[in-house]
Amino acid sequence: MTDALSRLLAERDWLMADGATGTTLFNMGLSSGEAPEFWNADEPDKIRALYRGSVEAGSDIFLTNSFGGNASRLRLHEAQDRVGELNRLAGALAREVADAAGRPVVVAGSVGPTGEIMEPMGPLSYARAVEIFHEQAEGLKEGGVDLLWVETISAPDEYRAAAEAAKLADMPWCGTMSFDTAGRTMMGMTSAGLAELVEKLPYKPLAFGANCGVGASDLLRTVLGFAAAGTEWPIIAKGNAGIPKYVDGHIHYDGTPELMADYAVLARDCGATIIGGCCGTTPEHLQAMRAALETRPRGPRPSLDEITDRLGGFSSASDGTGDGEGPARAPRRRRRS
Amino acid sequence: MAEEDDDIVLAELPDDELVPQMQDDLYDGLRDEVVEGVEILLSRGWAPYRVLTEALVSGMTVVGHDFRDGILFVPEVLLAANAMKGGMSLLKPLLAETGAPRMGKMVIGTVKGDIHDIGKNLVAMMMEGAGFEVVDLGINTDVDRYLVALETEQPDILGMSALLTTTMPYMKIVIDTMAEKGIRDDYIVLVGGAPLNEEFGRAIGADAYCRDAAVAVETAKTFVARKHNSAAAG
Repeated sequence: MTDALSRLLAERDWLMADGATGTTLFNMGLSSGEAPEFWNADEPDKIRALYRGSVEAGSDIFLTNSFGGNASRLRLHEAQDRVGELNRLAGALAREVADAAGRPVVVAGSVGPTGEIMEPMGPLSYARAVEIFHEQAEGLKEGGVDLLWVETISAPDEYRAAAEAAKLADMPWCGTMSFDTAGRTMMGMTSAGLAELVEKLPYKPLAFGANCGVGASDLLRTVLGFAAAGTEWPIIAKGNAGIPKYVDGHIHYDGTPELMADYAVLARDCGATIIGGCCGTTPEHLQAMRAALETRPRGPRPSLDEITDRLGGFSSASDGTGDGEGPARAPRRRRRS
Repeated sequence: MAEEDDDIVLAELPDDELVPQMQDDLYDGLRDEVVEGVEILLSRGWAPYRVLTEALVSGMTVVGHDFRDGILFVPEVLLAANAMKGGMSLLKPLLAETGAPRMGKMVIGTVKGDIHDIGKNLVAMMMEGAGFEVVDLGINTDVDRYLVALETEQPDILGMSALLTTTMPYMKIVIDTMAEKGIRDDYIVLVGGAPLNEEFGRAIGADAYCRDAAVAVETAKTFVARKHNSAAAG
Protein backbone atom coordinates (compact mmCIF):
# COMPACT_ATOMS: atom_id res chain seq x y z
CA MET A 1 0.00 0.00 0.00
CA THR A 2 2.48 2.59 -1.15
CA ASP A 3 0.33 4.78 -3.34
CA ALA A 4 -1.15 8.06 -2.11
CA LEU A 5 -4.80 7.10 -2.65
CA SER A 6 -4.54 3.80 -0.76
CA ARG A 7 -2.93 5.65 2.16
CA LEU A 8 -5.81 8.15 2.31
CA LEU A 9 -8.41 5.40 1.91
CA ALA A 10 -6.84 3.59 4.88
CA GLU A 11 -7.18 6.67 7.08
CA ARG A 12 -10.59 7.97 6.08
CA ASP A 13 -14.00 6.50 5.32
CA TRP A 14 -14.85 9.05 2.61
CA LEU A 15 -12.82 11.25 0.29
CA MET A 16 -13.87 14.18 -1.83
CA ALA A 17 -12.81 14.35 -5.45
CA ASP A 18 -13.01 17.43 -7.67
CA GLY A 19 -15.61 19.05 -9.92
CA ALA A 20 -15.73 20.21 -13.52
CA THR A 21 -12.65 20.81 -15.65
CA GLY A 22 -14.27 21.83 -18.93
CA THR A 23 -16.88 24.14 -17.38
CA THR A 24 -14.17 25.92 -15.36
CA LEU A 25 -11.80 26.33 -18.31
CA PHE A 26 -14.56 27.70 -20.53
CA ASN A 27 -15.33 30.21 -17.78
CA MET A 28 -11.65 31.22 -17.93
CA GLY A 29 -11.94 31.97 -21.62
CA LEU A 30 -11.16 28.70 -23.39
CA SER A 31 -12.94 28.87 -26.71
CA SER A 32 -14.98 25.92 -27.83
CA GLY A 33 -13.23 23.68 -30.29
CA GLU A 34 -9.83 24.44 -28.79
CA ALA A 35 -8.16 21.47 -27.11
CA PRO A 36 -8.11 22.21 -23.34
CA GLU A 37 -4.85 20.24 -23.10
CA PHE A 38 -3.03 22.94 -25.11
CA TRP A 39 -3.39 25.21 -22.10
CA ASN A 40 -1.02 22.96 -20.14
CA ALA A 41 1.67 24.48 -22.36
CA ASP A 42 0.18 27.85 -23.32
CA GLU A 43 -1.68 28.98 -20.19
CA PRO A 44 -0.04 27.18 -17.24
CA ASP A 45 -1.22 29.80 -14.73
CA LYS A 46 -4.84 29.16 -15.64
CA ILE A 47 -4.34 25.42 -15.24
CA ARG A 48 -2.74 26.02 -11.83
CA ALA A 49 -5.77 28.17 -10.94
CA LEU A 50 -8.10 25.36 -12.05
CA TYR A 51 -6.30 22.87 -9.82
CA ARG A 52 -6.07 25.28 -6.87
CA GLY A 53 -9.82 25.90 -7.12
CA SER A 54 -10.48 22.25 -6.27
CA VAL A 55 -7.77 22.00 -3.60
CA GLU A 56 -8.90 25.20 -1.84
CA ALA A 57 -12.53 24.00 -1.92
CA GLY A 58 -11.46 20.90 0.00
CA SER A 59 -10.90 18.19 -2.62
CA ASP A 60 -8.73 15.29 -1.44
CA ILE A 61 -8.27 14.14 -5.03
CA PHE A 62 -8.19 16.19 -8.20
CA LEU A 63 -7.95 15.28 -11.85
CA THR A 64 -5.42 16.60 -14.32
CA ASN A 65 -6.33 18.57 -17.45
CA SER A 66 -5.70 15.64 -19.78
CA PHE A 67 -9.15 14.17 -20.47
CA GLY A 68 -8.77 14.45 -24.24
CA GLY A 69 -4.99 13.97 -24.15
CA ASN A 70 -4.83 10.73 -26.10
CA ALA A 71 -3.56 10.40 -29.66
CA SER A 72 -7.02 9.65 -31.02
CA ARG A 73 -8.57 12.85 -29.64
CA LEU A 74 -5.51 15.08 -30.16
CA ARG A 75 -5.37 13.99 -33.80
CA LEU A 76 -8.52 16.06 -34.35
CA HIS A 77 -6.37 19.07 -33.47
CA GLU A 78 -3.40 17.73 -35.44
CA ALA A 79 -1.53 17.33 -32.16
CA GLN A 80 -1.20 13.55 -31.99
CA ASP A 81 2.58 13.96 -31.68
CA ARG A 82 2.20 16.01 -28.48
CA VAL A 83 0.66 13.30 -26.28
CA GLY A 84 3.77 12.85 -24.12
CA GLU A 85 4.43 16.56 -23.69
CA LEU A 86 0.84 17.68 -22.90
CA ASN A 87 0.25 14.88 -20.39
CA ARG A 88 3.60 15.39 -18.70
CA LEU A 89 2.81 19.11 -18.28
CA ALA A 90 -0.72 18.34 -17.00
CA GLY A 91 0.80 16.06 -14.37
CA ALA A 92 3.70 18.33 -13.43
CA LEU A 93 1.49 21.40 -12.85
CA ALA A 94 -0.85 19.28 -10.74
CA ARG A 95 2.04 17.84 -8.72
CA GLU A 96 3.25 21.36 -7.97
CA VAL A 97 -0.20 22.46 -6.71
CA ALA A 98 -0.79 19.28 -4.69
CA ASP A 99 2.61 19.45 -3.02
CA ALA A 100 1.96 23.03 -1.94
CA ALA A 101 -1.44 22.18 -0.39
CA GLY A 102 -0.11 21.55 3.12
CA ARG A 103 -2.14 18.33 3.43
CA PRO A 104 -2.19 15.08 1.47
CA VAL A 105 -3.85 15.67 -1.90
CA VAL A 106 -3.92 12.97 -4.56
CA VAL A 107 -3.13 13.84 -8.17
CA ALA A 108 -5.20 11.69 -10.51
CA GLY A 109 -4.14 11.67 -14.15
CA SER A 110 -7.35 11.98 -16.17
CA VAL A 111 -7.70 9.55 -19.07
CA GLY A 112 -10.84 10.02 -21.16
CA PRO A 113 -12.23 7.80 -23.90
CA THR A 114 -10.64 7.51 -27.33
CA GLY A 115 -13.89 8.61 -28.95
CA GLU A 116 -13.68 5.69 -31.35
CA ILE A 117 -16.00 2.72 -31.53
CA MET A 118 -14.20 -0.55 -30.91
CA GLU A 119 -14.17 -3.63 -33.09
CA PRO A 120 -16.25 -5.42 -34.32
CA MET A 121 -18.80 -2.56 -34.42
CA GLY A 122 -16.22 0.13 -35.16
CA PRO A 123 -12.65 0.55 -36.37
CA LEU A 124 -10.63 0.59 -33.12
CA SER A 125 -8.81 -2.63 -32.27
CA TYR A 126 -8.21 -3.65 -28.67
CA ALA A 127 -4.44 -3.65 -29.19
CA ARG A 128 -4.50 -0.14 -30.62
CA ALA A 129 -6.65 1.09 -27.72
CA VAL A 130 -4.11 -0.29 -25.24
CA GLU A 131 -1.33 1.43 -27.14
CA ILE A 132 -3.19 4.78 -27.16
CA PHE A 133 -3.89 4.65 -23.42
CA HIS A 134 -0.38 3.45 -22.61
CA GLU A 135 1.23 6.35 -24.42
CA GLN A 136 -0.88 8.80 -22.42
CA ALA A 137 -0.24 6.93 -19.16
CA GLU A 138 3.54 7.22 -19.59
CA GLY A 139 3.24 10.98 -20.10
CA LEU A 140 1.13 11.40 -16.98
CA LYS A 141 3.51 9.20 -14.99
CA GLU A 142 6.48 11.25 -16.08
CA GLY A 143 4.63 14.39 -14.94
CA GLY A 144 4.33 12.90 -11.47
CA VAL A 145 0.68 11.90 -11.05
CA ASP A 146 -0.13 9.52 -8.20
CA LEU A 147 -2.43 7.33 -10.26
CA LEU A 148 -4.38 7.16 -13.49
CA TRP A 149 -8.07 8.09 -13.49
CA VAL A 150 -9.92 6.56 -16.42
CA GLU A 151 -13.31 8.25 -16.87
CA THR A 152 -16.47 8.61 -18.99
CA ILE A 153 -15.93 5.21 -20.61
CA SER A 154 -18.92 3.47 -22.19
CA ALA A 155 -17.55 0.26 -23.77
CA PRO A 156 -16.36 -2.68 -21.62
CA ASP A 157 -13.45 -3.38 -23.98
CA GLU A 158 -12.24 0.19 -23.73
CA TYR A 159 -12.27 -0.10 -19.93
CA ARG A 160 -10.27 -3.34 -20.18
CA ALA A 161 -7.80 -1.71 -22.56
CA ALA A 162 -7.25 1.18 -20.15
CA ALA A 163 -6.65 -1.31 -17.32
CA GLU A 164 -4.06 -3.11 -19.39
CA ALA A 165 -2.36 0.19 -20.22
CA ALA A 166 -2.18 1.07 -16.51
CA LYS A 167 -0.49 -2.26 -15.88
CA LEU A 168 2.01 -1.64 -18.70
CA ALA A 169 2.80 1.76 -17.18
CA ASP A 170 3.02 0.14 -13.74
CA MET A 171 0.58 2.69 -12.31
CA PRO A 172 -2.32 2.28 -9.88
CA TRP A 173 -5.61 3.37 -11.39
CA CYS A 174 -9.29 4.12 -10.87
CA GLY A 175 -11.94 3.84 -13.57
CA THR A 176 -15.45 5.20 -14.01
CA MET A 177 -18.03 4.80 -16.73
CA SER A 178 -20.74 7.22 -17.81
CA PHE A 179 -24.26 5.78 -17.44
CA ASP A 180 -26.27 8.12 -19.63
CA THR A 181 -28.66 5.91 -21.65
CA ALA A 182 -31.67 4.52 -19.81
CA GLY A 183 -29.46 3.95 -16.76
CA ARG A 184 -26.78 2.15 -18.78
CA THR A 185 -23.74 3.32 -20.68
CA MET A 186 -24.18 4.22 -24.34
CA MET A 187 -22.88 0.74 -25.13
CA GLY A 188 -25.50 -0.90 -22.92
CA MET A 189 -23.39 -1.66 -19.83
CA THR A 190 -25.32 -1.80 -16.55
CA SER A 191 -23.99 -0.86 -13.11
CA ALA A 192 -24.05 -4.55 -12.16
CA GLY A 193 -22.15 -5.31 -15.39
CA LEU A 194 -19.34 -2.93 -14.48
CA ALA A 195 -19.09 -4.37 -10.95
CA GLU A 196 -18.75 -7.82 -12.50
CA LEU A 197 -16.22 -6.63 -15.07
CA VAL A 198 -14.04 -5.17 -12.31
CA GLU A 199 -14.06 -8.51 -10.47
CA LYS A 200 -12.74 -10.22 -13.57
CA LEU A 201 -9.99 -7.78 -14.47
CA PRO A 202 -6.49 -9.19 -14.03
CA TYR A 203 -5.16 -5.75 -13.01
CA LYS A 204 -7.70 -4.25 -10.60
CA PRO A 205 -8.48 -0.58 -10.03
CA LEU A 206 -8.17 0.93 -6.54
CA ALA A 207 -11.76 2.10 -6.91
CA PHE A 208 -14.40 2.15 -9.63
CA GLY A 209 -17.68 3.90 -10.25
CA ALA A 210 -19.70 6.35 -12.31
CA ASN A 211 -19.15 9.88 -13.59
CA CYS A 212 -21.03 12.42 -15.69
CA GLY A 213 -24.20 10.82 -17.10
CA VAL A 214 -27.56 12.50 -16.76
CA GLY A 215 -28.40 13.98 -13.35
CA ALA A 216 -27.58 13.46 -9.70
CA SER A 217 -30.54 11.07 -9.17
CA ASP A 218 -29.53 8.74 -12.00
CA LEU A 219 -25.95 8.68 -10.76
CA LEU A 220 -27.03 7.58 -7.29
CA ARG A 221 -29.26 4.85 -8.73
CA THR A 222 -26.10 3.59 -10.47
CA VAL A 223 -24.16 3.69 -7.18
CA LEU A 224 -26.94 1.66 -5.53
CA GLY A 225 -26.55 -0.81 -8.39
CA PHE A 226 -22.82 -1.21 -7.66
CA ALA A 227 -23.54 -1.72 -3.98
CA ALA A 228 -26.30 -4.25 -4.70
CA ALA A 229 -23.81 -6.22 -6.80
CA GLY A 230 -21.91 -6.84 -3.57
CA THR A 231 -18.67 -5.21 -4.64
CA GLU A 232 -15.89 -4.84 -2.11
CA TRP A 233 -14.04 -2.14 -4.03
CA PRO A 234 -14.43 1.50 -3.02
CA ILE A 235 -17.12 3.14 -5.16
CA ILE A 236 -16.66 6.48 -6.93
CA ALA A 237 -19.57 8.89 -7.49
CA LYS A 238 -18.85 11.90 -9.70
CA GLY A 239 -22.14 13.33 -10.94
CA ASN A 240 -23.00 16.46 -12.89
CA ALA A 241 -24.34 19.52 -11.13
CA GLY A 242 -27.85 19.03 -12.44
CA ILE A 243 -28.92 19.31 -16.05
CA PRO A 244 -27.74 21.97 -18.50
CA LYS A 245 -30.27 24.69 -19.32
CA TYR A 246 -30.11 27.30 -22.03
CA VAL A 247 -30.67 30.74 -20.52
CA ASP A 248 -30.20 33.99 -22.45
CA GLY A 249 -27.74 32.50 -24.89
CA HIS A 250 -25.63 30.81 -22.23
CA ILE A 251 -25.57 27.35 -20.72
CA HIS A 252 -26.26 27.01 -17.07
CA TYR A 253 -26.34 23.84 -14.97
CA ASP A 254 -29.40 23.85 -12.77
CA GLY A 255 -27.84 22.05 -9.80
CA THR A 256 -27.33 24.46 -6.89
CA PRO A 257 -24.59 24.07 -4.25
CA GLU A 258 -27.36 23.03 -1.83
CA LEU A 259 -28.52 20.25 -4.17
CA MET A 260 -24.96 19.02 -4.67
CA ALA A 261 -24.46 19.02 -0.87
CA ASP A 262 -27.53 16.75 -0.55
CA TYR A 263 -26.23 14.63 -3.41
CA ALA A 264 -22.83 14.21 -1.73
CA VAL A 265 -24.31 13.02 1.57
CA LEU A 266 -26.76 10.71 -0.20
CA ALA A 267 -23.94 9.31 -2.34
CA ARG A 268 -22.10 8.35 0.84
CA ASP A 269 -25.27 6.78 2.25
CA CYS A 270 -25.65 4.83 -1.02
CA GLY A 271 -22.22 3.31 -0.49
CA ALA A 272 -19.83 5.63 -2.32
CA THR A 273 -16.43 6.28 -0.73
CA ILE A 274 -15.00 8.77 -3.23
CA ILE A 275 -17.46 11.57 -3.95
CA GLY A 276 -17.09 14.46 -6.35
CA GLY A 277 -18.81 16.32 -9.15
CA CYS A 278 -18.48 16.45 -12.90
CA CYS A 279 -19.79 18.95 -15.49
CA GLY A 280 -21.10 22.18 -13.98
CA THR A 281 -19.57 21.53 -10.54
CA THR A 282 -17.71 24.68 -9.46
CA PRO A 283 -15.54 25.27 -6.36
CA GLU A 284 -18.63 26.81 -4.75
CA HIS A 285 -20.46 23.50 -5.17
CA LEU A 286 -17.43 21.63 -3.83
CA GLN A 287 -17.28 23.78 -0.69
CA ALA A 288 -20.94 23.03 0.04
CA MET A 289 -20.33 19.32 -0.57
CA ARG A 290 -17.30 19.24 1.70
CA ALA A 291 -19.13 21.06 4.48
CA ALA A 292 -22.08 18.67 4.23
CA LEU A 293 -19.87 15.57 4.24
CA GLU A 294 -18.04 16.85 7.33
CA THR A 295 -21.03 18.03 9.33
CA ARG A 296 -23.97 15.81 8.44
CA PRO A 297 -24.28 12.34 9.94
CA ARG A 298 -24.34 9.19 7.87
CA GLY A 299 -27.79 7.77 7.26
CA PRO A 300 -29.21 4.44 6.14
CA ARG A 301 -28.92 3.50 2.47
CA PRO A 302 -31.68 5.52 0.78
CA SER A 303 -34.44 3.98 -1.33
CA LEU A 304 -35.00 5.04 -4.93
CA ASP A 305 -38.04 7.03 -3.77
CA GLU A 306 -36.01 8.92 -1.20
CA ILE A 307 -33.47 9.81 -3.89
CA THR A 308 -36.13 11.19 -6.25
CA ASP A 309 -37.78 13.09 -3.38
CA ARG A 310 -34.52 14.85 -2.55
CA LEU A 311 -32.85 15.25 -5.94
CA GLY A 312 -35.54 14.86 -8.61
CA GLY A 313 -36.75 12.09 -10.93
CA PHE A 314 -34.83 9.53 -12.94
CA SER A 315 -34.37 9.77 -16.71
CA SER A 316 -35.74 6.25 -17.27
CA ALA A 317 -37.99 3.86 -15.40
CA SER A 318 -35.43 1.06 -15.23
CA ASP A 319 -31.64 0.86 -15.33
CA GLY A 320 -31.48 -2.74 -16.53
CA THR A 321 -30.63 -4.27 -13.14
CA GLY A 322 -32.65 -6.07 -10.49
CA ASP A 323 -35.73 -8.27 -10.72
CA GLY A 324 -38.09 -5.86 -12.39
CA GLU A 325 -35.78 -5.68 -15.41
CA GLY A 326 -36.70 -3.31 -18.15
CA PRO A 327 -38.73 -3.70 -21.25
CA ALA A 328 -37.79 -6.79 -23.23
CA ARG A 329 -38.50 -8.08 -26.67
CA ALA A 330 -40.31 -11.29 -27.43
CA PRO A 331 -37.99 -14.12 -28.42
CA ARG A 332 -37.40 -14.66 -32.10
CA ARG A 333 -36.67 -17.76 -34.08
CA ARG A 334 -33.00 -17.16 -34.67
CA ARG A 335 -30.88 -15.13 -32.30
CA ARG A 336 -27.47 -13.62 -32.40
CA SER A 337 -25.18 -16.08 -30.65
CA MET B 1 -30.82 -23.02 -30.30
CA ALA B 2 -27.91 -24.02 -32.53
CA GLU B 3 -29.74 -27.00 -34.03
CA GLU B 4 -32.74 -24.83 -34.73
CA ASP B 5 -30.55 -22.30 -36.54
CA ASP B 6 -29.42 -24.98 -38.91
CA ASP B 7 -33.02 -25.87 -39.64
CA ILE B 8 -33.85 -22.51 -41.17
CA VAL B 9 -33.25 -22.51 -44.90
CA LEU B 10 -34.31 -19.10 -46.12
CA ALA B 11 -34.89 -20.19 -49.70
CA GLU B 12 -37.47 -22.73 -48.54
CA LEU B 13 -39.60 -20.19 -46.66
CA PRO B 14 -42.67 -18.72 -48.36
CA ASP B 15 -42.69 -14.92 -48.65
CA ASP B 16 -44.92 -14.42 -45.62
CA GLU B 17 -42.44 -16.29 -43.42
CA LEU B 18 -39.29 -15.11 -45.12
CA VAL B 19 -40.00 -11.41 -44.56
CA PRO B 20 -40.48 -11.69 -40.76
CA GLN B 21 -37.42 -13.95 -40.63
CA MET B 22 -35.41 -11.28 -42.47
CA GLN B 23 -36.64 -8.69 -40.00
CA ASP B 24 -35.48 -10.90 -37.13
CA ASP B 25 -32.13 -11.44 -38.84
CA LEU B 26 -31.79 -7.70 -39.34
CA TYR B 27 -32.59 -7.19 -35.68
CA ASP B 28 -29.87 -9.66 -34.80
CA GLY B 29 -27.34 -8.04 -37.11
CA LEU B 30 -26.92 -11.11 -39.32
CA ARG B 31 -25.56 -9.43 -42.43
CA ASP B 32 -25.04 -12.52 -44.61
CA GLU B 33 -28.55 -13.78 -43.91
CA VAL B 34 -30.09 -10.40 -44.70
CA VAL B 35 -28.20 -10.21 -47.99
CA GLU B 36 -29.36 -13.73 -48.83
CA GLY B 37 -32.97 -12.82 -48.04
CA VAL B 38 -32.79 -9.80 -50.35
CA GLU B 39 -31.42 -11.97 -53.15
CA ILE B 40 -34.22 -14.49 -52.70
CA LEU B 41 -36.98 -11.87 -52.76
CA LEU B 42 -35.49 -10.26 -55.87
CA SER B 43 -35.27 -13.67 -57.56
CA ARG B 44 -38.95 -14.18 -56.75
CA GLY B 45 -39.74 -11.05 -58.70
CA TRP B 46 -40.17 -8.55 -55.86
CA ALA B 47 -39.57 -4.94 -56.92
CA PRO B 48 -36.46 -3.52 -55.26
CA TYR B 49 -38.51 -0.78 -53.60
CA ARG B 50 -40.85 -3.36 -52.08
CA VAL B 51 -37.89 -5.30 -50.67
CA LEU B 52 -36.50 -2.09 -49.22
CA THR B 53 -39.70 -0.93 -47.53
CA GLU B 54 -41.40 -4.19 -46.52
CA ALA B 55 -38.39 -6.25 -45.47
CA LEU B 56 -35.59 -3.87 -44.54
CA VAL B 57 -37.06 -0.52 -43.49
CA SER B 58 -39.83 -2.14 -41.46
CA GLY B 59 -37.21 -4.33 -39.76
CA MET B 60 -35.07 -1.32 -38.91
CA THR B 61 -38.17 0.42 -37.52
CA VAL B 62 -38.38 -2.31 -34.88
CA VAL B 63 -34.69 -1.83 -34.13
CA GLY B 64 -35.30 1.90 -33.80
CA HIS B 65 -38.21 1.45 -31.44
CA ASP B 66 -36.31 -0.96 -29.21
CA PHE B 67 -33.33 1.41 -29.16
CA ARG B 68 -35.65 4.27 -28.19
CA ASP B 69 -37.20 2.12 -25.44
CA GLY B 70 -33.87 1.07 -23.92
CA ILE B 71 -34.08 -2.57 -25.05
CA LEU B 72 -31.28 -2.36 -27.60
CA PHE B 73 -28.12 -0.28 -27.21
CA VAL B 74 -25.54 1.16 -29.56
CA PRO B 75 -23.57 -2.05 -30.29
CA GLU B 76 -26.70 -3.96 -31.40
CA VAL B 77 -27.91 -1.00 -33.44
CA LEU B 78 -24.55 -0.73 -35.20
CA LEU B 79 -24.66 -4.42 -36.08
CA ALA B 80 -28.23 -4.12 -37.37
CA ALA B 81 -27.27 -1.05 -39.42
CA ASN B 82 -24.35 -3.00 -40.85
CA ALA B 83 -26.68 -5.82 -41.88
CA MET B 84 -29.02 -3.25 -43.42
CA LYS B 85 -26.10 -1.82 -45.37
CA GLY B 86 -25.38 -5.29 -46.74
CA GLY B 87 -28.91 -5.51 -48.11
CA MET B 88 -28.79 -1.92 -49.36
CA SER B 89 -25.60 -2.53 -51.35
CA LEU B 90 -27.61 -4.93 -53.52
CA LEU B 91 -30.68 -2.71 -53.73
CA LYS B 92 -29.09 0.70 -54.29
CA PRO B 93 -28.19 0.31 -58.00
CA LEU B 94 -31.51 -1.39 -58.69
CA LEU B 95 -33.49 1.35 -56.96
CA ALA B 96 -31.74 3.97 -59.07
CA GLU B 97 -32.45 2.01 -62.27
CA THR B 98 -36.12 1.53 -61.49
CA GLY B 99 -36.65 5.15 -60.48
CA ALA B 100 -38.12 4.18 -57.11
CA PRO B 101 -39.39 7.01 -54.90
CA ARG B 102 -36.88 8.50 -52.45
CA MET B 103 -37.44 8.49 -48.72
CA GLY B 104 -35.67 11.82 -48.50
CA LYS B 105 -32.21 13.30 -48.18
CA MET B 106 -30.36 14.68 -45.17
CA VAL B 107 -27.25 16.79 -44.77
CA ILE B 108 -25.77 16.27 -41.32
CA GLY B 109 -22.77 17.58 -39.40
CA THR B 110 -21.43 18.30 -35.91
CA VAL B 111 -21.27 22.07 -35.42
CA LYS B 112 -18.22 24.31 -35.40
CA GLY B 113 -16.02 23.94 -32.35
CA ASP B 114 -17.26 20.45 -31.62
CA ILE B 115 -15.39 17.31 -32.55
CA HIS B 116 -17.77 14.71 -31.11
CA ASP B 117 -19.12 12.40 -33.74
CA ILE B 118 -20.45 9.16 -32.28
CA GLY B 119 -24.02 10.43 -31.88
CA LYS B 120 -23.98 12.10 -35.27
CA ASN B 121 -22.63 8.93 -36.92
CA LEU B 122 -25.32 6.89 -35.26
CA VAL B 123 -28.04 9.19 -36.60
CA ALA B 124 -26.49 8.99 -40.07
CA MET B 125 -26.45 5.19 -39.92
CA MET B 126 -30.02 4.92 -38.64
CA MET B 127 -31.23 7.38 -41.28
CA GLU B 128 -29.53 5.33 -43.99
CA GLY B 129 -31.06 2.27 -42.39
CA ALA B 130 -34.46 3.87 -42.77
CA GLY B 131 -33.77 4.41 -46.47
CA PHE B 132 -32.76 8.08 -46.40
CA GLU B 133 -29.84 9.37 -48.41
CA VAL B 134 -27.33 10.97 -46.04
CA VAL B 135 -24.54 13.43 -46.76
CA ASP B 136 -22.22 13.58 -43.76
CA LEU B 137 -20.21 16.80 -43.39
CA GLY B 138 -18.24 15.41 -40.45
CA ILE B 139 -17.17 17.38 -37.38
CA ASN B 140 -16.41 21.04 -36.71
CA THR B 141 -18.76 22.29 -39.44
CA ASP B 142 -19.00 26.06 -39.86
CA VAL B 143 -22.00 27.90 -41.22
CA ASP B 144 -20.45 28.33 -44.67
CA ARG B 145 -19.96 24.59 -45.08
CA TYR B 146 -23.56 23.95 -44.07
CA LEU B 147 -24.83 26.53 -46.56
CA VAL B 148 -22.69 25.22 -49.43
CA ALA B 149 -23.93 21.69 -48.76
CA LEU B 150 -27.57 22.83 -48.69
CA GLU B 151 -27.02 24.56 -52.02
CA THR B 152 -25.25 21.69 -53.75
CA GLU B 153 -27.06 18.71 -52.21
CA GLN B 154 -30.59 20.15 -52.04
CA PRO B 155 -31.59 17.92 -49.09
CA ASP B 156 -34.99 17.82 -47.41
CA ILE B 157 -33.42 17.91 -43.96
CA LEU B 158 -30.54 19.65 -42.24
CA GLY B 159 -29.30 17.82 -39.14
CA MET B 160 -26.97 19.45 -36.61
CA SER B 161 -25.32 17.80 -33.64
CA ALA B 162 -23.44 19.20 -30.63
CA LEU B 163 -22.16 17.43 -27.55
CA LEU B 164 -20.83 20.43 -25.69
CA THR B 165 -22.79 23.08 -23.86
CA THR B 166 -20.34 25.57 -25.34
CA THR B 167 -20.98 24.56 -28.94
CA MET B 168 -24.73 24.05 -28.95
CA PRO B 169 -25.46 27.80 -29.30
CA TYR B 170 -23.73 27.65 -32.69
CA MET B 171 -26.83 25.92 -34.06
CA LYS B 172 -28.69 29.18 -33.63
CA ILE B 173 -26.05 30.99 -35.71
CA VAL B 174 -26.64 28.54 -38.56
CA ILE B 175 -30.43 28.85 -38.35
CA ASP B 176 -30.27 32.65 -38.09
CA THR B 177 -28.01 32.79 -41.14
CA MET B 178 -30.42 30.60 -43.08
CA ALA B 179 -33.23 32.97 -42.10
CA GLU B 180 -31.22 36.01 -43.23
CA LYS B 181 -30.69 34.39 -46.62
CA GLY B 182 -34.39 33.61 -46.83
CA ILE B 183 -33.86 29.85 -47.08
CA ARG B 184 -34.78 28.78 -43.55
CA ASP B 185 -38.20 27.43 -44.51
CA ASP B 186 -36.87 25.47 -47.48
CA TYR B 187 -35.48 22.83 -45.11
CA ILE B 188 -36.51 20.75 -42.14
CA VAL B 189 -33.99 21.53 -39.40
CA LEU B 190 -33.44 18.80 -36.80
CA VAL B 191 -31.02 19.17 -33.89
CA GLY B 192 -29.63 16.71 -31.37
CA GLY B 193 -26.87 16.03 -28.86
CA ALA B 194 -26.57 15.04 -25.22
CA PRO B 195 -26.87 18.48 -23.59
CA LEU B 196 -29.81 19.66 -25.71
CA ASN B 197 -33.50 19.47 -24.95
CA GLU B 198 -36.82 20.36 -26.56
CA GLU B 199 -36.87 23.77 -24.98
CA PHE B 200 -33.49 24.56 -26.52
CA GLY B 201 -34.61 23.33 -29.94
CA ARG B 202 -37.57 25.68 -29.82
CA ALA B 203 -35.51 28.60 -28.50
CA ILE B 204 -33.12 28.49 -31.44
CA GLY B 205 -35.82 28.01 -34.08
CA ALA B 206 -35.23 24.38 -35.09
CA ASP B 207 -38.17 22.31 -36.34
CA ALA B 208 -37.49 19.65 -33.74
CA TYR B 209 -35.06 18.37 -31.14
CA CYS B 210 -34.38 14.63 -31.41
CA ARG B 211 -33.49 12.85 -28.20
CA ASP B 212 -31.71 9.98 -29.95
CA ALA B 213 -31.11 8.44 -33.35
CA ALA B 214 -34.39 6.50 -33.32
CA VAL B 215 -36.38 9.63 -32.57
CA ALA B 216 -34.45 11.42 -35.33
CA VAL B 217 -35.61 8.82 -37.85
CA GLU B 218 -39.25 8.99 -36.71
CA THR B 219 -39.21 12.77 -36.71
CA ALA B 220 -37.61 12.90 -40.15
CA LYS B 221 -40.27 10.57 -41.57
CA THR B 222 -43.09 12.64 -40.08
CA PHE B 223 -41.74 15.95 -41.33
CA VAL B 224 -40.93 14.65 -44.82
CA ALA B 225 -44.44 13.18 -45.12
CA ARG B 226 -45.92 16.49 -43.99
CA LYS B 227 -43.76 18.36 -46.51
CA HIS B 228 -44.88 16.08 -49.33
CA ASN B 229 -48.51 16.46 -48.30
CA SER B 230 -48.36 20.22 -48.22
CA ALA B 231 -46.52 20.24 -51.56
CA ALA B 232 -49.31 18.10 -53.01
CA ALA B 233 -51.95 20.38 -51.51
CA GLY B 234 -50.19 23.53 -52.68
